[in-house]
Amino acid sequence: MTEFVAPEIDWLALAPLIVVLGAGVVGVLVEAFVPAKARRVTQIVLTLAALAGGFGFIAVLWPQIVAQPVQVVGGSVTLTPFALGAQGIIAVLAFLGVLVVADRTSTGQDSFAPTASAVPGTSYEDLARRSGLEQTEIYPLLLFAAGGMMLFASTDDLIVMFIALEVLSLPLYVLCATARRRRLLSQEAAAKYFLLGAFASALFIFGVALIYGFAGTVRLIGTPDKPGVIGVIQSGTAPLAGMSVLLVAGVLLVTVGLLFKVGAVPFHAWTPDVYTGAPTPITGFMAACTKVAAVAALVEVLYRISIGVQAVDPEIMRQLQIVIVVVAVLTMAVGTVIGSVQTDVKRLLAYSSIAHAGFLLVGVAGFNPQVQSSTLFYLLAYGIATIGAFGVVTLVRERRITPGSGEDNGPVGDDGVVLGEATEIAQWAGLGRKAPWLTGAFALFLLSMAGIPLTAGFIAKFGAFSGAVSGGLWWLAVLGVLASVVAVAFYLRLLVVMVFQRAQDEPETSQVEPVETGGSTTGGGSTSEGATATLTKTQVTTAQRVVVTVVRSRGPAAVAIAVCAIATVILGVFPSPVLDLVEQASKFVP
Amino acid sequence: MFPWLTVLIAWPLVGAAVVGLGALGRSRTGPASAGMGLARPLALLFSLVEVVLLVGAFAAFDTSAAGDHQLGSIYPWIPQIGASYAVGVNGVGLLLVALSVLLVPLVLLAAWQEQGRDEVRLRKFVALVLLLEAFMVAVFSARDVFLFYVLFEAMLIPAYFLIGGFGQGAGRRRAAVKFLMFSLGGGLIMLAAVIALYFLAVGAGVDPSQAFLVRELIEVDLGTAAERLMFLGFFIAFAIKAPMVPVHSWLPDVAGNATPGTSTLLICVLDKVGTFGMLTLCLPLFPEASRWAAPFVIALAVISVLYGAIMAIMQTDLLRLVGWTSVSHFGFIILGIFTFTPLGTAGSSFMMLNHGLATGALFLTAGFLVSRHPEKSQKIAAYSGLRSVTPVLAGTFLVAGLATLSLPGLATFVSEIMVLVGAFGGAPTGSAAWAIAAIPGVVLAAVYVLLTYQKIFTGAPAAGLDALPDLRVRERIVAAPLVAGLLVLGLVPGLALTYVNEPADRTATFLTVDEPADAAAQMGSDK
Repeated sequence: MTEFVAPEIDWLALAPLIVVLGAGVVGVLVEAFVPAKARRVTQIVLTLAALAGGFGFIAVLWPQIVAQPVQVVGGSVTLTPFALGAQGIIAVLAFLGVLVVADRTSTGQDSFAPTASAVPGTSYEDLARRSGLEQTEIYPLLLFAAGGMMLFASTDDLIVMFIALEVLSLPLYVLCATARRRRLLSQEAAAKYFLLGAFASALFIFGVALIYGFAGTVRLIGTPDKPGVIGVIQSGTAPLAGMSVLLVAGVLLVTVGLLFKVGAVPFHAWTPDVYTGAPTPITGFMAACTKVAAVAALVEVLYRISIGVQAVDPEIMRQLQIVIVVVAVLTMAVGTVIGSVQTDVKRLLAYSSIAHAGFLLVGVAGFNPQVQSSTLFYLLAYGIATIGAFGVVTLVRERRITPGSGEDNGPVGDDGVVLGEATEIAQWAGLGRKAPWLTGAFALFLLSMAGIPLTAGFIAKFGAFSGAVSGGLWWLAVLGVLASVVAVAFYLRLLVVMVFQRAQDEPETSQVEPVETGGSTTGGGSTSEGATATLTKTQVTTAQRVVVTVVRSRGPAAVAIAVCAIATVILGVFPSPVLDLVEQASKFVP
Repeated sequence: MFPWLTVLIAWPLVGAAVVGLGALGRSRTGPASAGMGLARPLALLFSLVEVVLLVGAFAAFDTSAAGDHQLGSIYPWIPQIGASYAVGVNGVGLLLVALSVLLVPLVLLAAWQEQGRDEVRLRKFVALVLLLEAFMVAVFSARDVFLFYVLFEAMLIPAYFLIGGFGQGAGRRRAAVKFLMFSLGGGLIMLAAVIALYFLAVGAGVDPSQAFLVRELIEVDLGTAAERLMFLGFFIAFAIKAPMVPVHSWLPDVAGNATPGTSTLLICVLDKVGTFGMLTLCLPLFPEASRWAAPFVIALAVISVLYGAIMAIMQTDLLRLVGWTSVSHFGFIILGIFTFTPLGTAGSSFMMLNHGLATGALFLTAGFLVSRHPEKSQKIAAYSGLRSVTPVLAGTFLVAGLATLSLPGLATFVSEIMVLVGAFGGAPTGSAAWAIAAIPGVVLAAVYVLLTYQKIFTGAPAAGLDALPDLRVRERIVAAPLVAGLLVLGLVPGLALTYVNEPADRTATFLTVDEPADAAAQMGSDK
């Protein structure tokens, strides 16, 4: 029997995770002990402080980790510069995302149901709304999700990675179901996300089991005295060294689980529905941060495995590369082509996010560790534009005006009842006249996503395609370029509607269809208008009309959108400092 | 040394910011309060100061070394990906910068009343024009392939908004999207080539932090296959921009739907980036591939000349007609570039300037004409007999038209003759035959110009048109510099040829000499 030795733990290296997850726990206690009046403010301050604090620790750790990556508790947390960079990006994006979540806008309501557990359309729901209940549990849930993502991106242990996957996913499933309006759609989205997510988790854990069967370990790098999968392959000491098919199948299943979170084709089917159904601020948070975590984890797993098999069995390596290339091509094709026929802004952004997963994979597929810094840059550029874009979507609303009540005079004023978000692309016509700054910012995000030079998206795309070319896959870069052209077409369509078309709601007759809250494109059909809109679709008489209006932000969302817009330009024109930082981060093994 | 080009780039940006920032966030409903009516004068002031700066740049330019790239500066921009901020112009670049800078105040003046009185709208309009000016000056000065590419794409955005947001045709949105999709499509193909160029250059031992500098890239031997592929990547983008048959179809739509001022900037200046790119990037970077592709390119160029002219004759819309004449003229310019003779190349360079003046005059005069029509009709058939009603307008139109058909005595004649003679003795096989085939283009030009003039200005004035006002003072101020430029350069072409001859000599030597080490050093020289 060996003596028990207390493990030496590098607490500083764990600090970012501890701060974020610990604040999540504190947030749960806040729910229990802080009086209802002060709860929301307390939660927001706590959440933002935790994310800022986490980022602060990351900044403090940065020079140390760049010089010498560390493994904490035997590699359960492995802080390489790449992992730490991903953590930093997640913290920044989560901070911006929470700002959008926290905004109640000039309507005085946030995007969340007063009580998410109330059955839609019941009197209980009405009661909850009238008594002004608020669902402030959202903030600790966001912190848990963010903490899970940070851990997801920085572990070497596949079991820990699985736990992190659940820690980040479960809060997101719940958050998806909390929309204030279109509640059935929101709950449907959550159910879909949960079912498919559980399926992906199962595949992931099955893959881990196969890898364990092959290598006798679930760590990839391992520690000097206990080598991980890489070491076992290289030294040929795997228990089932002959059966490399186990390894291939295991890695593929793990990859599938990760690609599901990335939103790559053919594992993308949940994305449009979930992005549409979830409350828009959550969609922004989820689209940006989850993608960072998932892509970072994917890159780490694939590249670490590739280090192991490259020398021993290049054939496995080649097969892995083919898989990634095929998925990348499919993802770009589906994302851009299907995206270009969408009629709903949130769905369009969902397909845009799928397309970006494809562009990211183009860079990953080169299997060139040096250029993975550009993957981090891409994630940052994409995340900023995404949070900004969804932030704008939260502010563009429908407003029902009833004639004869004195509300119908002149141009759109502050009268009438503000309903949910106006997400039909046609409704965005003339937005450029109603809200020039907001439209300008949104146009900037679209241009960045389209990869137009002088925005962050261009430098990012340039890096991703360079990654493919440097890996010898120049034809993949050419395909990526072609997909970009298609993608530009659909961003442009939205831009044309916003900037050039006149709003349809000028004339007196109701040209805009009466509130179609279900969204015909989503197939959800069933509608429940939650809080302010108690009339159902059939009750809306033609005398009333719905116009599109832009509500004012109470501050946080405006700050987030402004920061995102400025960052998009700065990263596009002077990317050098950030490129310097991410360049230090292209290191995957201690 | 004073960074003239950087100042020339920065000044319109400052102007765009000053004028444009007031446009956002203003109240849409009430009359724009403070700063009422300042947008246009302010923008004009900025563009005129820019002209003064241009004079300074000309004074500082050493014409005895017109083949060197001068007035520039070079700083690391994004060293991680090899991009530098490197600007510099040789004689050709300087003339094109001058064309951009000179046309902007004229266009602003010509568009003085066409965009209405809404101050917010006007501010946006003039800010976009100034932004476009900065991008145009920068793109003609870029000496770094990455910088060039970035500007090449970025300037599409203001152009897109100018067409789609401020155009006058019913199909302007469609035209704007078509323009952007064509240009971006070409641009992204070029992007693939740009990335590949970087990796090949780094592979050949160029310092990775400067691997996009033209002077470095010129000396890299790329290998035949790679060089040809990359040539195609660049050339397709430039051919779309130029525009050349068969990728020209966006241009007539734009010309018919944008305002004449926008068309002037777009077709007379911005599209020169296509031919300028062929001359200063395709030829020096890919000499072997250029020689390989030249017979094919020349054939397409001559087809453009003839097809553009024939289509112009068939047009019923005046502005579309002017658009088609440009397709024909760009054919001539490309023909000259790919002759690889000093004469042809110099002729092409000169023609880029002349086409800007002549077509600019034609677009703007046509715009004046259309703005007088009670229904703002662009149909040629809607006009007749205006010579007696608006004699000055008719005269200006005639001079611009005659310049378009290259009447001897006008600048365009000199350049067109240089191109044709150059092509006749051109290096690529079949060049002489194609030169002869292009000659009917000159005759066809006479047909479309004179027929149009006849329909619009001769005969009895049409009903409702007999009291149209003649050119106002403002419009005469716009037309006068263009007409004067065409006359002066026609009589004393040496004024411009001083700037283009030496670069043309160097390009021709570089492409026809077998051992290009020396020539490469000369081509890439930055002073």
